[in-house]
Amino acid sequence: MSNGKDEAFSLEALKAGDRTEFARLVEANYELVYRLAIRMLNDPQDAEDVLQETFLKALRGLNNFDGRSSLSTWLYRIATNEALMALRRRKPDMVSTDEPVETEEGEQEPVQIVDWGLLPEEELMSVEAQRYLSEAIDRLSPSLRAVFVLRDIQGLSTQETGEVLNLSETAVKTRLSRARLRLREDLSGYFGEKLAREKLAIEKLAIEKHAEGKHVK
Amino acid sequence: MKGEECRHLLRLLSEYVDGTLEEQLCAELEHHLADCQDCRVVVDTLHRTVYLYHQSVTQSSVPEGVRQRLFRRLNLDDIIGNSG
Repeated sequence: MSNGKDEAFSLEALKAGDRTEFARLVEANYELVYRLAIRMLNDPQDAEDVLQETFLKALRGLNNFDGRSSLSTWLYRIATNEALMALRRRKPDMVSTDEPVETEEGEQEPVQIVDWGLLPEEELMSVEAQRYLSEAIDRLSPSLRAVFVLRDIQGLSTQETGEVLNLSETAVKTRLSRARLRLREDLSGYFGEKLAREKLAIEKLAIEKHAEGKHVK
Repeated sequence: MKGEECRHLLRLLSEYVDGTLEEQLCAELEHHLADCQDCRVVVDTLHRTVYLYHQSVTQSSVPEGVRQRLFRRLNLDDIIGNSG
């Protein structure tokens, strides 16, 4: 995968059960796997379970690893499947990884046209805003969420994301587009409200000043 | 976001903010954006959305103890699991 860490590992040693080599593999990848899991699940305990399950499965499955994908793609695949299974356990009727790729007509039309990009950076990056960003991911369907997290959070390429999820590049692009548009819509509601409150406060202040001015005269 | 053209161009916006949209479509989109305030807002806020998520990644870290418990679970804590 793009981080180029694979070259550093001996597949032969890993398959032969070399514990030191496996420990190195874990060391190099556990943060990536945890980050994927926490973004998919938004729950530290569930994310830690997925992290541990991923490497336990990797350890057991190493002998069947065919080397067609890179080791990190393989780990991502195990981790993504574990996270999707965890989601399925939460909401049994909601998860389907093979959700049909929707056509242009299926695209959600933007209704929120508020230019909240004007808000100051500290407001956009506040702790409260960060929490909202995570919750917004939670509201995506699992199949859109997986693509968004792999592409925009983990920084995988379209091709790599397709390999992990067993999707065509076109399907990855379509899902990413839908996920981003939905998040934009969601964030627009949240930040739009903040912007409106701020404008109201400024207007109120202006009216008060105006009234004060009149009073002095 | 009222017109037929806006709806048609919506699917291009994701690749547009990535800078990977092919030249001809890019020109078509920019031509439309020049005259459509609503679509400009959608593009700007879509761009912002992607940017905010990219930024939030650099802030997130793995909680203390996670690494150690992982190595213990894998029976690898005798190797390098104790240093963090």
